[in-house]
Amino acid sequence: MESTPPLAVLRGACKRYGATRALDRVDLRLHAGQVTALLGVNGAGKSTAVALLLGLLAADAGEASVFGRAPGSLAVRRQCGAMLQTAALPDRLEVGELLDMVRAGYRRPRSVADCVALAGLDGLLGRRYGKLSGGQQRRVQFALAICGRPRLLFLDEPTTGLDIDARQGLWAAVRELVAEGSAVLLTTHYLEEAEALSDRVAVLDGGRLVAGGSVDEVRARVSLRRIRCRSRLAAEAVAQWPGVVEAAREGEALRIAAEPAEPVVRRLLESDPALRELEIRRAGLADAFLALTRSTDARQEAA
Amino acid sequence: MHAATTLRAPLRAHLAEARCELLRMAREPAFCLPVLGFPAMFYLLFAVVLNRGNPGAAGYLLASYGAFGVIGAAMFGFGVTIAVDRDRGYLRLRRTLPTPPGSLLLARMTMAMLFAAAISLLLAALAATAGGVRLAPAQWAGLALVNMAGVLPFAAIGLWIGTLVGGNAAPALLNVLYLPMAFLSGLWLPLSMLPGWLAKLAPAWPAYHLGQLALKVVGHDDGGRTWAHVAVLALATVAFFALARRRLHAGG
Repeated sequence: MESTPPLAVLRGACKRYGATRALDRVDLRLHAGQVTALLGVNGAGKSTAVALLLGLLAADAGEASVFGRAPGSLAVRRQCGAMLQTAALPDRLEVGELLDMVRAGYRRPRSVADCVALAGLDGLLGRRYGKLSGGQQRRVQFALAICGRPRLLFLDEPTTGLDIDARQGLWAAVRELVAEGSAVLLTTHYLEEAEALSDRVAVLDGGRLVAGGSVDEVRARVSLRRIRCRSRLAAEAVAQWPGVVEAAREGEALRIAAEPAEPVVRRLLESDPALRELEIRRAGLADAFLALTRSTDARQEAA
Repeated sequence: MHAATTLRAPLRAHLAEARCELLRMAREPAFCLPVLGFPAMFYLLFAVVLNRGNPGAAGYLLASYGAFGVIGAAMFGFGVTIAVDRDRGYLRLRRTLPTPPGSLLLARMTMAMLFAAAISLLLAALAATAGGVRLAPAQWAGLALVNMAGVLPFAAIGLWIGTLVGGNAAPALLNVLYLPMAFLSGLWLPLSMLPGWLAKLAPAWPAYHLGQLALKVVGHDDGGRTWAHVAVLALATVAFFALARRRLHAGG
């Protein structure tokens, strides 16, 4: 799977803004036909990583390369598409005019009809950008990002402000592009988005890569388990047990997060013989993400 | 076939870009109305209504309000849009697009020159009819040429100011520079009507030199040398583009 060379690479990339380290020795590889999700809270360095690969910023140390070249050259840009987090287009231009202008820069652009279908722009071509809703504007930005058949697509929080239908439409379009062989870098803080779309996940925290790998691998980094059962035990008491991260009561149900789960389950069964409907779940990506980034918060607070 | 597409692609991109820039400005009433309306309004007021049929004054003001209008189109056309585009992240997005280098500036320059041509035509029509101005064909053409080439230095100044401040402050800052500069360069009233020491300072303003070139066409200039005016304007163009370029690259 990793035998073909990656389309884009960050190697030991560092970037500072004044005293803040936005990125600290980050390695990242983007492969053809794969979606890589870059996860992290606001300020974790996701957009900085994207900016390095787009050639918008230069790394202070380390290397960024795209198609084996320095990012940002015209030849590289002809094969890339990008949807940035904040990039308002001119309000007074119509959607069709914007699409024509951006398509004109590419060698083999997608047809307008294809762009409309992929991005869900039906009926919007003649409308002015400034008169569109936030979600419609986001879809126009997506259309501009994909209109050049990019081999490498950057989506920086693409579904912020989209409703559920539009979000799933965008996911379907991304899957189609990946099936055509594009590499996609997706930054998001919607974990279900990363779980639904991505082949690989990289978690950034405070500018450092704290986990990377397939979704399953990242999930497995965290031994946290979710326990749910019907029991009369007091949540406050259970919360004090060793291994319990948190415990809360929900009606008759007791919800516990534990790490590791086995000793907690044993003690639960011993303490309450009447306990029923025991369920134990492995943590999702959301839990993994929280656990991975919480450890740094704790470190920072302790420091 | 391949060579043909590589040649054609940048041209197509430039044309698409120029079309968009022109549409943007043409659909912006806050730009079009003052840029086209003020020179025409001032001309009608000072050269026609208050002038009592002096063809000399009507000719002088045709040249000076032409320069005044062109300077406004260039400074506001560049300064405000660059500041707004930078604020809203459009310039950043553009740096990721495969548009040829400089295509936005080229497109905007084309747009400003078209507005300069429109101002020249509008004033020429008013001067020839209501103003009673009679000029040789070469003089009409000369005024249009001066006006269109005059876009360059003021586009550069506008661009530089647009890189200094945000989209909200840019119009105010541009006005603070534009209106006094036009007045002190003799574009509203002949310099002979200003206090002597102010008139002496006029050559410090780039607008004075464009005004003098236009006035030379209609035979009302102060007698300075053409090449000296052209040299000052060329220098201003290069210097302010260089300053703006540095700001744009530093700003990311």
